[in-house]
Amino acid sequence: MRYRFLTAALAATAALQFAGQAAATDLEVTHWWTSGGEAAAVAELAKAFDATGNHWVDGAIAGSGGTARPIMISRITGGDPMGATQFNHGRQAEELVQAGLMRDLTDVATKGKWTDVVRPKSLLDGCTIDGKIYCVPVNIHSWQWLWLSNEAFAKAGVPLPKDWNEFVAAAPALEKAGIIPLAVGGQAWQSSGAFDVLLAAVGGTDTFLKVYKDKDAKFAAGPEVAKVFKAADDARKMAKNTNVQDWNQATNLVITGKAGGQIMGDWAQGEFQVAGKTAGKDYTCLPGLGLNEVIATGGDAFYFPLLKDADKSKAQEVLAETLLDPKTQVAFNLKKGSLPVRGDVDLNAANDCMKKGLAILAKGAVIPWTDQLLSQDTQKQKEDLFAEFFAKPELTVEDAQKRFADLIASAD
Amino acid sequence: MQGRECTALTQPADEMSKSERPNLLFRNLNAKVASIPMILTAMVVFVGGTVWTVLYSFTNSKLLPRLNFVGLDQYYRLWATPRWLISIENLLIYGAISLVFSLVIGFLLAALLDQKIRFEDTLRTIFLYPFALSFIVTGLVWQWLLNPDFGIQHVVRDLGWTSFSFDPLYNSSIVIYGISIAALWQGTGLIMCLMLAGLRGIDEDIWKAARVDGIPMWKTYLFIVIPMMRPVFITTLVIIAAGIVKVYDLVVAQTSGGPGIASEVPAKYVYDYMFFAQNLGQGFAASTMMLLSVVIVIVPWAYLEFGRRK
Repeated sequence: MRYRFLTAALAATAALQFAGQAAATDLEVTHWWTSGGEAAAVAELAKAFDATGNHWVDGAIAGSGGTARPIMISRITGGDPMGATQFNHGRQAEELVQAGLMRDLTDVATKGKWTDVVRPKSLLDGCTIDGKIYCVPVNIHSWQWLWLSNEAFAKAGVPLPKDWNEFVAAAPALEKAGIIPLAVGGQAWQSSGAFDVLLAAVGGTDTFLKVYKDKDAKFAAGPEVAKVFKAADDARKMAKNTNVQDWNQATNLVITGKAGGQIMGDWAQGEFQVAGKTAGKDYTCLPGLGLNEVIATGGDAFYFPLLKDADKSKAQEVLAETLLDPKTQVAFNLKKGSLPVRGDVDLNAANDCMKKGLAILAKGAVIPWTDQLLSQDTQKQKEDLFAEFFAKPELTVEDAQKRFADLIASAD
Repeated sequence: MQGRECTALTQPADEMSKSERPNLLFRNLNAKVASIPMILTAMVVFVGGTVWTVLYSFTNSKLLPRLNFVGLDQYYRLWATPRWLISIENLLIYGAISLVFSLVIGFLLAALLDQKIRFEDTLRTIFLYPFALSFIVTGLVWQWLLNPDFGIQHVVRDLGWTSFSFDPLYNSSIVIYGISIAALWQGTGLIMCLMLAGLRGIDEDIWKAARVDGIPMWKTYLFIVIPMMRPVFITTLVIIAAGIVKVYDLVVAQTSGGPGIASEVPAKYVYDYMFFAQNLGQGFAASTMMLLSVVIVIVPWAYLEFGRRK
């Protein structure tokens, strides 16, 4: 471990000597990690990269991926590329790669034996286009979690639910105690993500794949998916009093016991940690909403735009290696609340919820996530539909399902 | 001051013209050279950009523009999208409200200020002040004012009316009116100033003549002054109309299109589909529709306005 680190440092020094310059290479890295837990995690990456003798220039873009990605993409297509940038691996950067704007990392990957260390294999598949590797996955983020506030349930006098159905049954008691049963922020991706989670949890893995992978519109209009829409209807009724926008504000409602629970990805865990809460004692997590214990292998990855500057290109390689370094992986993922992409790292420091996630990962109960299965265009249409569905009670379950099926029919 | 500068600039040309008579192309050369950047901007950026956009709206371009024609597919999809239809409906409501109310309120304020009142300067500054703020700031201010937990509703409830409810931004059916309030607050001051300038341009003798004839003041305004202010009204109309079609930042700052998609507007649809959804074709189709709506309004008007003069 230390040895790899040294090699990386040496490589960096060599690069510097080659350039004949004493100064470290600045590499601008753009990302959208700005909430408390996320910022702490990205600082770990910066620390590790600075230790190689280079300099991490932080290019954080506030306002979630939806705001950040257009900025990143226009910088790359507009001829002002950064040194490296975060995307969710999958299809977000697909066209940038096809247009030849991104750097091929296959050499670095072969040298670092990425195909052997990265697990599950689907992660690297998400980075591979036409047999070449274009990104470095840094974590596994899964959406399939229900976060519950122990305090809220104690206050309402109901036992902690063990799955989604019990949670729905407990909603009236929570409401009576003046607690919002389910916190869903106003941003469109949150309601759309919550639906996807319900689809995989209530409908099951097969249903999820039939809809999003096979894009079977007839199935999406059928009774299996109708069940999921029924659950989504419960969810929107439980969430109707959430007057916040950002996901971390919604998580904060759960942290402070003002809301009973939240369907949110494991990045919410970083917020619980920053707030000094302990898994199992202050909050409880139910992977797969307690119904279908799977996790999706979505997550974050770093892409490297093609640069002309030789020094910077060298520094890109160093960064790519640093990101997958076992030590960096552990430090980063513990802060972020996500799972590391390598199976060979020591995660004794992991908390309750992360251990649950690791166990599911070890069992191989993984599904691909929508970032990998659907284009951004389809995702956006889905977001519009569910933003409307969650905000507008007049939109009936039947109409929404019909529109959903139409959307799947034209999905790509 | 400006005029003097201009003559200073044209002097060398005058000296040149003494020696030989330049042909028509080189007459006023400085002025022509000076306007080249604007001509280029207009041709390349406005006209060129428009043609390019319309052309690519018939393609299935995703993240990057590609010339792969699909006919009217993007338009069929656009007009079948509930979000676009809501956007159009919102734009119509917002447009009608801003047009009518900013003209009426702006003119009334101007007429009142024109009564030779004391502290006119102070009042004028106060009314115009919101215009100095950007739409983003306006949007945020009104987001707080209209927030049921901190804003107007909260204050009124604290005063004792506990059943008072005023939360337009959190109610899908009236959210667009909440946005219109902020827009009026921001924009009316400017309209007032334009109107006031127009009123000041009316000759004092007209008022005297009207008074001699014993015409009541409101009639003088309605039938004499307003028809005389036609150019001012047209300028104002253009400014308001442009503001209506391009409304975007106000919505983003106040509601970001919410609750749900209840306060979406066309400009936001264009932006979201071009950049968030990485679907340039769809965004271009929507922006072409926006252009078309402007053209439909402008062309008959321009025909009446300029065609008649010939």
